[in-house]
Amino acid sequence: MNRRNFIQSGALLSGGLLISFTIPKANKLAALADTADLNVFAPNAFLNIGTDNSISVYLSHVEMGQGIWTTLPMLIADELDVDLKKINIKHGGADKAFNHVIYGAQITGGSSTTWSEFDRYRNAGATARTLLLQTAATRSGTAVESCKTEDGFVIAGSKRYTYGELANDAAKLPVPAKVPLRLSTDWRYIGKGSKRMDARVKTDGTAKFGMDIQFPGLLTAVVAHAPVFGGKVKSFDAGKAKVIPGVREVVQIPTGVAVIADHFWAAQQGRKALQITWDHGAGVQLNTGTQTAAYRKLAASDGLLVQKKGDVKTAFTKAVKTISAEYVFPYLAHAPMEPLNCTVKIENNSCEIWTGTQLPGGEQAAAAKILGFKPEQVKVNIPFLGGGFGRRATPACDFVSEAVHIAKASGRPVKMVWTREDDMKSGFYRPFYVHNVKIGVDKDGLPIAWNHNIAGQSIMADAAILFGPPPAIDDTTVEGVKGSPYLDEIPNHFVGLHTTKEVVPVLWYRSVGGTHTAFVMETLIDQLAHNVSIDPVEYRRGLFKNHSRHLAALNLVAEKGNWNRTLLPGRFKGMAVHEAFGSVVAIIAEVSVDKGVTKVHQVDCAIECGLAVNPDGVKAQMESGIIFSISMAMYGELTFVNGELQQNNFYDYRITRMHEAPRINVYIVDSKEKMGGAGECAVPPTAPAVANAIFAATGKRIYNLPIVNNRLEKQA
Amino acid sequence: MIVLFMSSAVILSFKEEKSTFNYTALPKDSVASIAAFKQVYTVLMSARCMNCHPSGDIPLQGDDNHLHTMFPKRGVDGKGVYAMKCANCHQPTNTPGLHTPPGNPNWHLPPADMKMVFQGRTPRQLAKQIIDPKQNGHKDMQKLIAHADDGLVLSAWKPGEGRKLPPMSHAAFKKAWLTWLKTGAYAPAK
Amino acid sequence: MIAITINGKQREVAADPDMPLLWVIRDLLGLTGTKFGCGVAQCGACTVHLNGEAVRSCVTKVSRAAGQQVTTIEGLSKLNDHALQIAWAELDVPQCGYCQSGQLMSAAVLLRENPNPTDQDIDDAMSGNICRCGTYPRIRLAIHKAAELQREGAKS
Repeated sequence: MNRRNFIQSGALLSGGLLISFTIPKANKLAALADTADLNVFAPNAFLNIGTDNSISVYLSHVEMGQGIWTTLPMLIADELDVDLKKINIKHGGADKAFNHVIYGAQITGGSSTTWSEFDRYRNAGATARTLLLQTAATRSGTAVESCKTEDGFVIAGSKRYTYGELANDAAKLPVPAKVPLRLSTDWRYIGKGSKRMDARVKTDGTAKFGMDIQFPGLLTAVVAHAPVFGGKVKSFDAGKAKVIPGVREVVQIPTGVAVIADHFWAAQQGRKALQITWDHGAGVQLNTGTQTAAYRKLAASDGLLVQKKGDVKTAFTKAVKTISAEYVFPYLAHAPMEPLNCTVKIENNSCEIWTGTQLPGGEQAAAAKILGFKPEQVKVNIPFLGGGFGRRATPACDFVSEAVHIAKASGRPVKMVWTREDDMKSGFYRPFYVHNVKIGVDKDGLPIAWNHNIAGQSIMADAAILFGPPPAIDDTTVEGVKGSPYLDEIPNHFVGLHTTKEVVPVLWYRSVGGTHTAFVMETLIDQLAHNVSIDPVEYRRGLFKNHSRHLAALNLVAEKGNWNRTLLPGRFKGMAVHEAFGSVVAIIAEVSVDKGVTKVHQVDCAIECGLAVNPDGVKAQMESGIIFSISMAMYGELTFVNGELQQNNFYDYRITRMHEAPRINVYIVDSKEKMGGAGECAVPPTAPAVANAIFAATGKRIYNLPIVNNRLEKQA
Repeated sequence: MIVLFMSSAVILSFKEEKSTFNYTALPKDSVASIAAFKQVYTVLMSARCMNCHPSGDIPLQGDDNHLHTMFPKRGVDGKGVYAMKCANCHQPTNTPGLHTPPGNPNWHLPPADMKMVFQGRTPRQLAKQIIDPKQNGHKDMQKLIAHADDGLVLSAWKPGEGRKLPPMSHAAFKKAWLTWLKTGAYAPAK
Repeated sequence: MIAITINGKQREVAADPDMPLLWVIRDLLGLTGTKFGCGVAQCGACTVHLNGEAVRSCVTKVSRAAGQQVTTIEGLSKLNDHALQIAWAELDVPQCGYCQSGQLMSAAVLLRENPNPTDQDIDDAMSGNICRCGTYPRIRLAIHKAAELQREGAKS
């Protein structure tokens, strides 16, 4: 598919040049004139140059901390030849033009923004620059070849035009089929980076998040949800809630009872005063203890074939030693700092939504369906996201749907706010998994047989509304075991999957399958190395002989992180390497275990991600992923008793704090490889690196997460 | 949470084994005194008291006496440091709800120069520490007795929702406290 | 009516005395820089200064602030130029940014009381503020940087 066929230019009614993309599937160059209200709303614009010389870039992906507010405009700035600081940056709304170039739907996820938009955004900038050059050439009577751009100006002979002066005429030119992209040697930002364009507004309180939406007449809703997944309201009495000052209305919606009030506190007080009888449904049967037993039993048998090679059964008979391991991973909540919320305003024939979402098109469609509207009757405004980590990319569109139902029932504009407890208990968790692995090694300690079974729910099954019915093997469950570079080297292996069903809705969680598969693979490889007293770095080097990117990351971290350094007394190190989202990250973790308490003191990290478009941004994402992974490994656990989630808030779902955060050093491999992701890539290898360091400290392997559930006194 | 000892200018000397304090309301009785202290000890070692009398400089939290998860530090005056002063979260009254900060207008730990550690102390160690004016903020018997009704001490019996109470009522505690002190403030053998 | 001085301005609010200061600031006064993160003084996103102390406004009743001085992130400096704000931007501290108002308000008390904080001081001051994006290493560096800026500022 030649995406460049769909690029187009046009004029705004208010003047200026607009670079937009039509919907690739439709494959037609819709006349921009048809979009009569372009001057107020240009849903598919990527770049707009105003006659006032303003330059606006619209983001197809959303900013949730990962830094694309800076990186995507950098791509245009380099091609358009403008100072990045002069660009107004805005989230695009929901529009098919912003669909992910690979995934089809409009989604920010999979650590894919930079690599997936690298061409599209550069082309938008290059197209505009080409049109501006042609306009200047015509206007000045100069050959276009002798015209050049210079930081927001076109120099044509003796003339010097601002882009704004040329924008109107440029918009009238036909879009060339192909525009030249600048040479990498001419890049001003790409590969060098820039300070974050959203840093200043995030230091003085002016950055607006969904939670911060306010306008006259807007009320706040707080919802009482069933305490058990699948539960329904049997009956309720709102009498006491309605007399609380500030409470305006109580409405029943499919997912519970909403109290609508003048402000959050009144709504929250109102919810406390509700008397609701719930029909819990079958969900009450869920208990973490019995679930663990059932999954362990399941994973002890071979599941549906994921990947195999050779003859595992025979190979085990030749093994000099067999190592068996069983791992249990709990459900996890994303817990972004900004609890989920959504503002909805419904008018006669339109609906406007304000929410921090990674899935604008999905939310738009869900809202339209509830209201009986066409998607284009629903406008989705996306403020900054106060963290996402996957939770704001829920194909079921749970929180937006709930808010739309409330606004529909009420008839008034409503901001639905979830408390931290609501956010924690709302489901869409990283699934509960059990892995059962049996490994046979030869006399040199190398694995010759590997039998690996995983039991867990399918994330794609819960995403069917977006991506269609899931295949029998959900890659998001097995990625990281499937495709493991180690398995490539093991002549006899079998990977099987048992897909389970539960009442608990599940979802991708920062780094998805890597959250558990990397832990299993990397702690087992560490065990195999220790089994034959080979240095874990050396052992991996042997297995990575056909995997140059893994090797590059491993070697860089071993060198720069000084793997062989002498540690302080009581300090121990562990390491891990994992490929995810097109990048390989290698981690060295240095820990102490004092009176059973683990502390991570230092983490060294190397990433092989191809071109690092914004190197400091990549570093920031490594730091972020490392600390996210430490929270997950040390504390992350959700448990159920009779269907009720036992965790509530940060006191029983702990997050790494300042005093627990390690010193972090990040190194980027100088690479010409294909560009990969960054946002999630440090999460998978950090947890196992920490666990391997704990083994070095205590002689104890971690098979059950989180780490705090393990007794870690040093073994005699 | 209890902070038992406020500073006082009055200095009295308590001897090692038994008090020479001249308080004669009750006859000295080492058996009764030690028995009373053992009652007192169960209260002092309960979460509501011990959590703010930690062995380190970080208070404890919860009925299981885990380290306060935000690692707030005692500070010189026992009121925390920098952005982590006790009163930044602990309000004059209990905050409603489970797992919310319990409150008291005077919420603090013992100050750095008089840490009055409970955590890890044996009954004997604790009894001797309490009556040692060098360690108790120079409290005399009168002040020790009065301390049973200190506002922060009393708040142990209004600990906020979901928290376990000390193992006996405040009245029972006060009775044991007074009995221990008035019968000679003997320290148990261990 | 309850009178509070917020960012130097005298304001009167018609609020239940038990209403948390956070919701008075956000929903009644319309200052949205102060964030709601947990509601139980666990995360520090709602940190504001009450008479200069870094209180967690989600558990602070507005009655406690009656007649007192409250400073929110909007009032930390007039031009977004507090040494911490400059250092925060210089070192690209924020990621999602949601917790950063609270982080800055906590750090401001640290820097006021200790112009030359050590790493231990930073731990002691900042462990009440959760950042889910894990910006802690940069917060640490930025506090050191701000201390440096503050010292240079004092010299010049």
